[in-house]
Amino acid sequence: MKVDWAALGTVFGVSLGVVLGLVVLFAMALRALSVREDVRERGGSAAVATGVAGACLVACVTVVLFGIYLIVAR
Amino acid sequence: MDASLLVIIVVITALAFDFTNGFHDTANSMATSIATGALKPRTAVAFSAVLNLVGALLSVEVAKTISGGIVDDALITPAVVFGGLVGAIMWNLVTWYVGLPSSSSHALFGGLIGATWIASGTDAVHFAKVVDKVVVPSIAAPLVAGIVALLATYLTYRLTKRAKASVAAKGFRAGQVASAALMSLAHGTNDAQKTMGIITLTLITAGTLAPGAEPPLWVILSAAIAIALGTYLGGWRITHTMGKGLTTIEAPQGFAAQTSAATVIMASSHLGFALSTTHVASGGIMGSGLGRRLDGVRWGVAGRMALAWMLTLPAAGIVGALAGKVASTGTTGVVVVAVVGGVVSLGIWLLSRREPVRPEHIVDEIAAQAETHKVAA
Repeated sequence: MKVDWAALGTVFGVSLGVVLGLVVLFAMALRALSVREDVRERGGSAAVATGVAGACLVACVTVVLFGIYLIVAR
Repeated sequence: MDASLLVIIVVITALAFDFTNGFHDTANSMATSIATGALKPRTAVAFSAVLNLVGALLSVEVAKTISGGIVDDALITPAVVFGGLVGAIMWNLVTWYVGLPSSSSHALFGGLIGATWIASGTDAVHFAKVVDKVVVPSIAAPLVAGIVALLATYLTYRLTKRAKASVAAKGFRAGQVASAALMSLAHGTNDAQKTMGIITLTLITAGTLAPGAEPPLWVILSAAIAIALGTYLGGWRITHTMGKGLTTIEAPQGFAAQTSAATVIMASSHLGFALSTTHVASGGIMGSGLGRRLDGVRWGVAGRMALAWMLTLPAAGIVGALAGKVASTGTTGVVVVAVVGGVVSLGIWLLSRREPVRPEHIVDEIAAQAETHKVAA
């Protein structure tokens, strides 16, 4: 009876890293979007906030696509 | 009975099982989105069906676990596989009828193991492989999903506390739809594989394929289509328990729960762990309940679910063992199993028609529930 603990550990580690990374990126995007709305209401330029939000969302999508790529590529 | 006719029957039965699996499991991916109002039930189901189809085509690792390892393909016949399948389908239909999110996958393993054990003896079941690839992951994966979802939920709430409510509400709805999409994809990568594995195993036992062969293309495609169809047509009944019975879910939680569950499933699929998507999804939902509030889980409901989980392997195993024993006695046996299986399925379907749970009902209940959520969102 042999249990592949290393593989199970990999599942845990990878899942934790990926999910927490995604959550942080997504939350940052939402924060940036909030700032963007605030700045717009005050009539200022929201270019930086828009850029940060966009970058975070693109990063989220990239992480997901890379994960799927890893599965398909084998 | 002619061996090729029997193989055709098993293939059709396996695809029927795949269909009931999709039917059964729509809830896993779509319950939270429907419950929080991020997607309309019908849209959610169609969306999920398409992604299941795609997911099923992504990976065949889990199919290989089933066709090449948990039972000895030299010692069993297509009739035994048939018996195991019928056992699995019976258990799936019964739990579907009473609304318990038990695991289609464990029903399948239980049925197959039970049938093999009784018809071909203990030696025909590779218990070590079963423990390594099925039993241990089945306990570990929901725990992992729960822990990850707990941390993810906590972090999500913590980090978005200062975001504007309107932005957060809109953002999380979108995020939740995206995570539901991932969940459907993940479901395809793990659950459709089980049917492919069974059909491949049958073809190997019938001598059509060499031992250790990968699933042929037609098997992959037909399994993918069957699960997508089942997903599209089913699921209202269980969505009910999963969407609101277990814990009260808000959009950020749904997002965290599903992202966690989908990631755990895909990582496991990639390594060939045949786990239960149902268990992992439930683990994720419970974790996110705890991540928001430490008393956020209805332990009574959770306990009943855990009980159904533990029962699934042995219960489907017993039915599978009986069916496998009868089916392996010859043509009459196979016919008897097919007829009994058909009658029971028809009976449950007729019973369920008497009080159907339809999408409209769920919308009503969610609309009522959504009122209390507006404050928090």
